[in-house]
Amino acid sequence: MRCRIGVYVCMCGSNISDYVDVEKVREIAAENPCVVLAKTTMFACSDSTQKEIIEDIKVNELNAIVIASCSPKLHLFTFRNVAERAGLNPYNYVQVNIREQCSWAHSDNPKFATLKAIQLVKAGIDKAKNSVSLEPIMIKAEHSALVIGAGITGMKAALALANTGTKVTLIEKEHYVGGRIAQWNRLFPHNDPAEKLVKTLYEEIIINDNIYLYTGAELISKSGSVGNFIVKIKIKPRYFKSGYLIEQCIEKAIESCPVEFDDPFNYGLTKIKAIQQNHIGQFPYYPVIDMSKCTKCGICTDICADIDLEQKEEELELNIGAILIATGAESYQPPSGEFGYGVIPGVITLQMFRRLIDLNGEKLIYNHKQIKRIAYIYCVGSRQYDGENQYCSRYCCTAAVHTSLIVKEKFPEIVNIHLTRGVRTYGKQEILYNKSNLQKDIYLQFDDTPPEISEENGMINIKVVDILTVKKTIELDIDLVVLVTSMVPRKNKELENILKLPIGRDKFYNEVHPKLKPVETMIDGVFIGGNCQAPMNISESVKSSLSAVSKMNALIGKGEIQLEPSLATIDKSICVWCDECTKICPSDAIIKTEYNGKPVAEINEANCKGCGMCLPVCPTNAIQLIGYSDVEIESMIDALASYSPEFTI
Amino acid sequence: MGENQKIPKILVFSTEKISDPAIDLAGLLKKHYPPTVYVVNVPCSSSVKPKWILHAFKKGFDGVFIAADGSDCQYSETCTFNTGEIVRKTHDLMKKKGIEPSRLKMAAICSVCSDPFVKQMKSFIEALI
Repeated sequence: MRCRIGVYVCMCGSNISDYVDVEKVREIAAENPCVVLAKTTMFACSDSTQKEIIEDIKVNELNAIVIASCSPKLHLFTFRNVAERAGLNPYNYVQVNIREQCSWAHSDNPKFATLKAIQLVKAGIDKAKNSVSLEPIMIKAEHSALVIGAGITGMKAALALANTGTKVTLIEKEHYVGGRIAQWNRLFPHNDPAEKLVKTLYEEIIINDNIYLYTGAELISKSGSVGNFIVKIKIKPRYFKSGYLIEQCIEKAIESCPVEFDDPFNYGLTKIKAIQQNHIGQFPYYPVIDMSKCTKCGICTDICADIDLEQKEEELELNIGAILIATGAESYQPPSGEFGYGVIPGVITLQMFRRLIDLNGEKLIYNHKQIKRIAYIYCVGSRQYDGENQYCSRYCCTAAVHTSLIVKEKFPEIVNIHLTRGVRTYGKQEILYNKSNLQKDIYLQFDDTPPEISEENGMINIKVVDILTVKKTIELDIDLVVLVTSMVPRKNKELENILKLPIGRDKFYNEVHPKLKPVETMIDGVFIGGNCQAPMNISESVKSSLSAVSKMNALIGKGEIQLEPSLATIDKSICVWCDECTKICPSDAIIKTEYNGKPVAEINEANCKGCGMCLPVCPTNAIQLIGYSDVEIESMIDALASYSPEFTI
Repeated sequence: MGENQKIPKILVFSTEKISDPAIDLAGLLKKHYPPTVYVVNVPCSSSVKPKWILHAFKKGFDGVFIAADGSDCQYSETCTFNTGEIVRKTHDLMKKKGIEPSRLKMAAICSVCSDPFVKQMKSFIEALI
């Protein structure tokens, strides 16, 4: 037990001392036989007081300190640091919250606030008496990272990690890197071609010695924990042997392939063969055979000696320090009939429309008809009144406005009519909205009454209640309806099961805290970036991926990881191995072992999160949580329960 | 209420990441609640041992309140159920000891739930008087 304790009662300017008689609190604290010195202070967090505390600890040989001040959320680490600088173990420091939970909460009743502060400080002193010196747990960390998904988020993250000296394995499920941006072709705000962006990143990646890029690759298992995950990766073959001789025969081989189907890259606007070459903006520049469609007829093997239809999948096992999920999102697929989608031929999604613009030359033709008047319906699959997607997808307003500029530039006779629910082209993107107004685009706004779409003689009719013109119903004749569809979470059950990824209310992957831990997940060592977390535009995705990189580098860059020592401990002599703790543990941190010839439970320290869920279920009370042991909690209860005769009405 | 009547004392088990911020927020916004409410923090509401609760009653607390993490728990989706089980088990133990089960309460307090916290404290104190 610690019996050389220093107590500091902070006035916090006057935030505390206006309502709490700090001198009275100090006096009573000083009466405790284990308290060597007790002081009041104007600002405990100020530099001068910090120095004074350090001096006091050294001169008086204090073995614990209690600071009664603000919430530990603000200054726990400040004062742990003070203790450490004075040569005291930081876990022998106790912070007592007499501001948020006392002086402010009871500013209506200073007498009672003082009485409460006295008891809170008493409990703090008792906690300090029973506090144990602890060392943070250090575990070895592999200086290597796995980045899942080679879209813009994953590629940028891989490069940034590699430049910090981390060995990076970048895996992409598809056979080409670049994710979805190749489909958008020109990117806002500056109309850069996606091809240029992806090519720059791809070329930097392949010459970087720290990055191993695998396409056609998926994570199939994960074990271990932060600092040392053991991951298995499955790599699909491309069904080409060397690649050097392909150029002479590939065109002919593709031509001769009898298997033809709708090209998903162009949303069925064009066809593709089972032997495929990359689209513009996709890399590497190297063909692949889609084995889910190939019939193995063998025609291509006669043309190209390099083709080997019998290539097998490969598996790879790696030791990884940290993992970044950058798997991106999908576009909302409207159900048949939503705004006429799938029923009326002239209703398409924004994503398909972008492909249509790229694939058309002088005139904009869809379904054998020249398009002149386009209506964009906003918030399809976003901000739903009835559906599951209540969130705003953030990027779509700007994407639609940008598209209206691109289409008008390429086909000047086009008339763009936007049916919005309020335009959210936030920040600099507002400039695009202004441009769209200047090119005389028409903006109407609906609220909870969605526009009605019907078709007659090949012409689409839209009825919309426009709230900007006193809720007047406006009728429009339109050639093409573009549904500005939202971003939705990618369906990736296998990955979610392997990594036990936490999923938020919107079904995207969830961070620990939106402000304090915005790229960390509940699984230590697993980070999220880009659209797998929430809808973001490219610039925002890259920012989130780079913030994940800095957190990953801080975690594994030193080669070892420091963990908070508040872990569960098991008294093996009284454990009866009933299995209750293993059943309730959410972190897979309890393992079966032997002690004196009997089976008992043991804590896997690298996995234990210190949540304490195992504590109440143990029938023999064999489990204690460091920092929250029975003696610590019960001594605090004793101090708080001691009856003050003044507590009367 | 007569003169010199003792005000009931409540012990709150609150969690560092979820309900503590709400209780701090109540203070910050000067939303007052009875000063006989004392908070002890734990990592998760599913970590409260029944023996701690019984200890609090034995030492003179009139009520114990568990500020549950509920669906916001960062450790496990089963937290609400687990905390509920602790309350159920403790209620049984309290009955055996002749302590009125209504003196142990739980309710989910999210990280910004300062109003619900203040309301819960006021009504709990009222019920205990």
